[in-house]
Formats: sequence, structure tokens, C-alpha cells
Amino acid sequence: MTSILSRRSLLKAGAAGLAASALPLGLARAQTPIVLGAVYVGPRDDFGWNQAHAVAMDILKQVPGVTVIEEEKVPETDAVAQSMESMINLDGANLVLATSFGYYNPFVVETAKKYPNVEFRHAAPLWNEATDPKNAGSYFCYLNQAHYVNGVAAGLSTTSNKIGFVAAKPIPSVLSNINSVLLGAKSVNPEATVQVIFTGEWSMPVREAEAANALIDAGCDVITCHVDGPKVVIETAETRGVKSCGHNASQAPLAPKGFITGAEYKWETIYKIYADALAAGQPLPNFIAGGYHNDMLRNSDFGAGASPEGVKAAEAAIEGLKAGKPIYVGPLKDNAGNVVIESSMDNYAPVLDGMNYLLEGVQGSIT
Amino acid sequence: MTGADLFIVMIAMVGGAIRVSTPFMFVALGECLTEKSGRINLGHEGNLVLGAMVAYAGSYTTGSPWLGVLMAGCAGLVLGAMHGWICKLPRVNDIAVGIAFMSFGTGLAFFFGKPYIQPSAPRLEAIPLGDWTGNSSVAQALQVNPLFFVGIALAVFLWWAFRNMRWGLILRMTGDSAASAKAMGVSVDLVRLLATAAGGFLAGVGGAFLSLFYPGSWNEGLSSGQGLMAVALVIFARWDPVRCVFAALLFGAAGAIGPSLQSIGISQGYYFFNAAPYILTLFIMIASARSKGAAREAPGELSIVK
Amino acid sequence: MTAVVSPPAMRSFSLGPKSARVVEALVIPIGALVASALLFSVFLIALGKSPATFFSLIWTGGFGSSFSIQNTLQRSAPLILTGLAFAIPARIGLTLIGAEGALVLGGFTAAAVAIPLVTGGIAPFLTLPIMALSAMLVGATWIGFAGWLRHYRGVNETISSLLLSYIAVAIMNFFVEGLLRDPASANKPSTMPIGDAYRVGSMPGTSVHWGLAAGLLLAVVLWILMTRTTFGFAARMTGGNVRAAKAQGLPVGFLVVACCAIAGACAGLAGFYEVAAVHGQANASLVAGYGFTGILVAFLARQNPLSVVPVAIMFGALAASGGLIQRRMGMPDATVLVLQGIIFVVLLVSETFYGRIPFLQAKTTGDRT
Repeated sequence: MTSILSRRSLLKAGAAGLAASALPLGLARAQTPIVLGAVYVGPRDDFGWNQAHAVAMDILKQVPGVTVIEEEKVPETDAVAQSMESMINLDGANLVLATSFGYYNPFVVETAKKYPNVEFRHAAPLWNEATDPKNAGSYFCYLNQAHYVNGVAAGLSTTSNKIGFVAAKPIPSVLSNINSVLLGAKSVNPEATVQVIFTGEWSMPVREAEAANALIDAGCDVITCHVDGPKVVIETAETRGVKSCGHNASQAPLAPKGFITGAEYKWETIYKIYADALAAGQPLPNFIAGGYHNDMLRNSDFGAGASPEGVKAAEAAIEGLKAGKPIYVGPLKDNAGNVVIESSMDNYAPVLDGMNYLLEGVQGSIT
Repeated sequence: MTGADLFIVMIAMVGGAIRVSTPFMFVALGECLTEKSGRINLGHEGNLVLGAMVAYAGSYTTGSPWLGVLMAGCAGLVLGAMHGWICKLPRVNDIAVGIAFMSFGTGLAFFFGKPYIQPSAPRLEAIPLGDWTGNSSVAQALQVNPLFFVGIALAVFLWWAFRNMRWGLILRMTGDSAASAKAMGVSVDLVRLLATAAGGFLAGVGGAFLSLFYPGSWNEGLSSGQGLMAVALVIFARWDPVRCVFAALLFGAAGAIGPSLQSIGISQGYYFFNAAPYILTLFIMIASARSKGAAREAPGELSIVK
Repeated sequence: MTAVVSPPAMRSFSLGPKSARVVEALVIPIGALVASALLFSVFLIALGKSPATFFSLIWTGGFGSSFSIQNTLQRSAPLILTGLAFAIPARIGLTLIGAEGALVLGGFTAAAVAIPLVTGGIAPFLTLPIMALSAMLVGATWIGFAGWLRHYRGVNETISSLLLSYIAVAIMNFFVEGLLRDPASANKPSTMPIGDAYRVGSMPGTSVHWGLAAGLLLAVVLWILMTRTTFGFAARMTGGNVRAAKAQGLPVGFLVVACCAIAGACAGLAGFYEVAAVHGQANASLVAGYGFTGILVAFLARQNPLSVVPVAIMFGALAASGGLIQRRMGMPDATVLVLQGIIFVVLLVSETFYGRIPFLQAKTTGDRT
């Protein structure tokens, strides 16, 4: 229970920081020059996770007094600790943004202990107030809300009522996206189901294409995914003449005929909070998490694949999420028949961070 | 597993064999040609990735995917010729140079490929061979790219040429015994240079298939070691072009097992199903390696089997 | 060296066979490095970038400060071990490209055996050696199997070791995401963390982990083994000519499997340090490509265990400065790949000059070919 309380208060703190940052960014003037070091796990133009961060970083580069230094394709080994230290020692970085999940433990934690005067922020909800250094922190957007919107639009754009999901690994953040697509689709189309195939790797284009083909062969007429670079999945769906929903960054240009909409991050909202706080000489919030209610997500512009009813319902769903309408409305069963969610869950309930099931209506297995 | 499920998996495997095998086929045939001349080029991963990038860039800038394929082949040809030229120097190890070219080729491809990740280039068209069946998944499995047939035809041609054409015989002689080739007045270095360059061309075309047909996209994670694996398949196929085709088909079909089993609801241990191509290849090698043929078929000059 | 040299002085200057070889072994690689720097400068100038900035950044990032040196050494630690893992079987004539698999499986084993020991409260000074030994044992078995297949079943070791690598990664993933998954490692499936008390720390006065020391030690030990012992002599003789070795009655099968096992143990040890010093647990990050980079390290070191060390350090320096080049020059990550490719190719081409540069040759030995 205490963890929920602290989480809620942290979320509020994040929201307060957001309010404080309402002053226009152009007015921000850094007292001390800010050298912001950004570390990416893949190439900055991967049409996915890294690109979403890099695009937001470009906005920060416009802020006077902020210098952004970037390093891409840094693996989740001690290479990332070395890269962060190199940014600090050789480039004078005083804020490090580590953007890949696996960077956090032990690398961000240990480097933060070693350099107490440098601020570290990491893109996953992992920072623990009790055990982790105070100059470290987490920021995260709950993308599953935008996947829920994908599901709503897809649920009214499918004719076979089968949505295919190409997923990398059966981990909570992926499972949450899969389940949210299902719940979104079911909220407008009770017949809708989701079928999932795990590729086992974050980036494995040939297998992703094979998985997309297998799903289409199994009757899915909308394909979406959670892999590092969704380009191949979306393009495979387009060439096979089925519809698609995007992930991480906008893939709308890749599928002019079948694109419905896509789940996208708005990291710039968070990065602006950091830049403004640094500029004003205020401490950075340790924990920022958000979603639609605090402008940290968006859905890609609707494409030709979206039905008019789908667009309408999706727009309504976005308004609902902004107002705090819950996605997980219990009781819900997993696809083995066990009740996993008893009652309605807040969209940021910490217990959802540990999701280890696929809901009833999802075909697939996590083992 | 019901009959319908079995049908889905079988169709997926047939489709997988056709879709996934072509790059393996081209790289393996190219490498087969090179190794028959007594030289090994482990650097085809570099040719493949560079070929993929050049093909995509070429198709995007010229608007013609087939021109992209040709340009990819030429990029591979240049890398192959460089490899062939360097390895003729005394004391230079061909395996090591190959590995260095792997790094060099991928480096060039990533470096110059940055601007082509975002745009969408025209792809190669497939020949719809299965439309008459009226079954959409069968029709999809039989969407065959012309390069697939080119690869098979090439394999048969090479198989025939190694036995019956003058240059084929010279190539094999060079590979089996440089000394006797020299005695016949053949320039060993020239033969190997041409064989490596031609092999590089084919590997480049294999890369073009990856970026312009299946999966049909250019990005830095495109090849997951297909070039290296294809070189290994040549040893597996015991330097026979036709067997190279079968090896590539087997590899493609095995790669489709994992995703298609999941699509019919079997996902327990999917890591092992996804590793099926490797496990299967190893198993077949162990089962068949002791056959007397293996040793006899290896080109005598090849450093890797000496 | 001036032109006016009297004949007796000339004779006294000419090198003895041993020192000639040493001078040659220094002059040729350095010349090759300079040549590749020049080639790469042409590449940079064509792109409108300054070679001077580039190479000064390589220096700053690789060796320019005590931080940079430690960064370089830390990155070279696993490469020394995987370099050795390729070099030793190469001496007996095998091309094994599967060190990656042995590293991954070794690291996984270390993390897996640690689970009962750590939860059972066994002291670190007992637990760590057990982890290291089991990592080495599993690595040795894995690569030794490839050697066994080669000798006793006639399976080509290059392809079998490559296939075994992929299978090793699948095994690790299967357990890390299944049976041995730590429930707390939600979004990055990993084995149970061994905990800070069980981590191998840094060498005193540095931030470089002990894997470097292990690599240096093994390099020396294996150099002695391969050049100063009967075993090494027999192995090299087998590498030179298997038939002759068999005719001499050497235990070829044993030698092949033993060399492979040594290689696997080196790679497994690298995996142990990745777990015990770097990650603190086993997960997919163990698949970092060190095994494949080790192949190049070994080739550039001409399969000499001692030369593996400086070559691995050179690789470490390039990796360490790569980030600086991205940050300061705005060039993509692939820049260093291109430079590496050029250096490798030129260094390999330089092999051809050994024994062929007139003024470096000993007067007495005209037959070094």
C-alpha cells in the first residue's frame, strides 16, 4: 500500500513540475550552461523508440544555454557506464538522459553514486526513493494508453475482428500494450480478439516480417506491434493489403493505404520540464510519469485505414483518458481463465507495472 | 495439432522457404564459386549489408528497383575484387581479410545508409503464382520474386558449368591444386580474383533482395548474420551449387517454424523453435559428416578445411 | 643513417636474426597504422571533416587522461580473453568462431550457480571461484565439443561453432526468461542479482575490473604454454601438418580437444567477469559481440597470445573514443566501424611485408619466407 501512496505523490510531484514549467520555453535562460548528454541504445533514426527520443532532443537543442551531446548505438553493457562517464569527464555533462531500459541497473545507479553532482534521468519507472541515489531519477510515459486508442480505432476498422500483434518479448510493458489494444478494441467491438506472436528479439526484421505474415495468414486484418523499429511490420502489412497501427514514432508515411493510427511518445514534454528546471536553477523532479492526462502521449494522425466511426470513437477515447477514465475495468480474466484484475484500476496503478498475463481475448502465451 | 493447423504450418514453411531462402541462396552460390577457386571469403556479411543499402538507395534515387539490384551487385563486386586482390599478396590470410571486410562493408553501409532509412523506395514486384488456388495464404506463400528463380537457374547452371565448361574446369583445378593449374599455364591469382569478385556480386544481389523484397526495408538491423550463415551453408552443402539451394530452402523453411507454431497457439519454448534452423543444420551435419564424400568434395586448396 | 658508412660499420649495424624479427614486428604494424590513418584522412577530407580533429579526439578519448586510459582498458578486458579464445585453436589449425556462445553460456552458468550459493549464504571468497570455474568448465565443454566433433566426427569446426553460438544464446534466453527469471526483473528478464557483496570489484586505484588482470595473466600463461612447452610444440606441429603429426605419433585428437577447451575456458571466463564484475546477473546484454570482435583481435595479433593484449587495447581505445567522435564531430556511430575496417585491412595487407623489406633483414638469414 505504501508503495502506491508514494507513487501517487510522486505522480503529483511530476504534475506540479509540469505546471511550474508552463512558462514558455523560449524565455528560459540557463544560469549555468547545461550540457545534456543523451545515450541511445540504437540508431537515432530507427523509426521507433530511439527516434522518438531523438526527435524530442532536437527540440531541447533550440533552448538557449542548453548544449545537447548525443551518443547512439551504446549497448546495455558497461559500455554505457563508460559513455556516461566520458560525457561527464570529457564534455562536462551535468545532466545525463539514459534512454534504454537496460541501462538503469547497475549502470545508471552506480554512475550516479560515483558522480553526485551530475543529474541522471532514465526512461523507465525504475527509480526507487528508498534505495537509489537522489541525483538519479526516472521518467516514463505509459504508452499503453495510446495503444488503447489504437485498439479503439482498430476495433471499428477491422472486418475479421482479429487484430494481430507482433511483440518482441513477454515483459510487462509489452504485455500491457497488447492487453490495452484488446481492451480498446473490445470497448467498441465485443467480438474483437487479438492474436500475438513473440519474436524473442528487439530487432530481428526477417522474423518480424515472418510473424506479420503468419498473423495475416491466420486471418488478422489489422497488424500492430511492439518491437524496436516497427518499419518492417508496418510495411509488410501494407504490401499484404491489410491495415496497421503504429508504435513509438509515426509510421504513417510507410502505409498510405492501410495506416489507422499509431501510439507515440511525447518525450519533449518531459525534456522541457528538465530544461526549464535547470534553467531556473530548481532541482529536477526525481520521478515523472505520465500519459494522456499530462500531455505526454499522442496518437499519430489518422490514416486512410481508419473508418470514420473508428476515428470518432478514438477521439472520444482520448478525451476519456485525459479525464482519467480507466482502461482496466474489472473483473478481468487472463486467457487461462484466472481472474487477474478484480475491480477498476487507475491507469497508473503500480501493480500494472508488473503485468505478467495476457487477458481473455488474446490468443498467445507468454511462456 | 489438428489437420488444419498442420496445413497452416506447412504452408508457412513453404512460404518461408521461398521468401527467406533467396538471400542465403545468392550469398551461398557466390561463396561456392569463390571457394571452388580455392579461396574463402568470410566477408559476405559486409557485401550483403552494403548491397542491401546500395540497392535501397539506388532504387530510391533512380526509381527503378532492378537498377538498385544491379548497383548492389556492383558494390559487392568491388568489395569482392578488393578481397581477391589483397589475398593474392603472399602471407595474407584470406579468412582474416574476410572478417575485416565484414567490418568495413557494414561500416560503409551504415555510414552512407543514414539518409535512406526514412524514405520509402520502390520495391521489387513478385510473381503471383498461387492466385488460381483461391486460398489467400497459399496465394501469399506463392508470391515469388523473380530472383528466386534466377537463383535456382544459376545454381543449376553453375553445377553444369563446373563439370562441362572450360572455365568451370579451370576454376575447379585452381581450387584443387594451384600447382597443377600453374603447370597448365593458368594464372591462379587471376582466376581467384575473378571468382571472388563474381562471388561478391552475387552476395550484393542477395542483400538487394533483403532491402527491396523481403523484408523489404533498409535499416541497420536488417541482416541478423545471414551473410555469415550463408558462408557456413556452403560448407554444409559441400561445395555443390544445387545442394546450396537445398540448404538455403531448408534454412528458410526452418526459420518459419517458430512464428507459424505460435500462430496456431504453440508457443512453449519459442526460443528453441526460433533457433530451429541452427539446431537442424547442426544435427544434419553431425549425422552426415562422416560420409566419405565430405572430404573428397572439398577444394584441396581451401584454407578452412586443410 | 647517413650515406657515408664504411663497410665494417655497415656490418656491425646489420641486425641479427632475432632482433631483426623484433624490429620488423614493430616497424610494420606501426607503418600500417600510419598508412590506415592516411587513408582514413582521405575519407574524412572527402566528407569535409578535419582529420586533425578526428585523430586528436581518438587520442583524447582513448589515452588522453587517466579516465580515458581506464575506459580503454576496461573495454579491452573481455576482448583479451575472447582474442585468446580464437588464437589458441588457430595455432592448431582450427578456425573457431564460436567464442560468443561460450562467453554467453559461461556467464549464464556463473549467474545460475551463484543463485543457490548466494541464497545459501556461502561466503564470496568461496562462491566467486566456484562461479568462475563452472563458467570456464561450461565454456570449455561447449567449444571442446566443437573440437571433438571436428576430430572424431569430421564436422567442420567453423560452421559447428557458429551454430553452437546461436544455440547457446537460445539456451540462455530460454532460462533467463523462464525457469531462472528473477520475478523482480520485470521488464528486463534476468537471473537473480548476485548482490553487491558478491561482485568482483575494481583493481586497486583504478575503476578497471579484475577481468583485465585475468586476461593479462592468461595471455602470459598461454604464451608460455604454446611456445615453451611440449604441449605447445605438439599443437603447433599439428597445426602445421596434421598428417606429419599423426605419423609422429602425437595424440592429435587430445591436442585438438584440449586447445578448443582452453579457448572455451577463456571465453567462459570472460562471461564470468561480465556477470560478476559488470552486470551482476545474466541477461540478454551478455550477447554483446565480444566473441566476434575477438576473432579480429586474434588475427591482428597473428595468433600470438602476448600480442593479443596490445591489439585488444587498441580496439578498446577505438571503442572508447568512438563516443567522443559522435559527440564532438556529429558523425554517426558507423564512422569508427569504417576506420576499424580500414585499419584491419591495411594491417592484414602489411603481413605481406614481413621478410621482404631489405633494410630490416638480417644479413645471415636470406631464407625467411
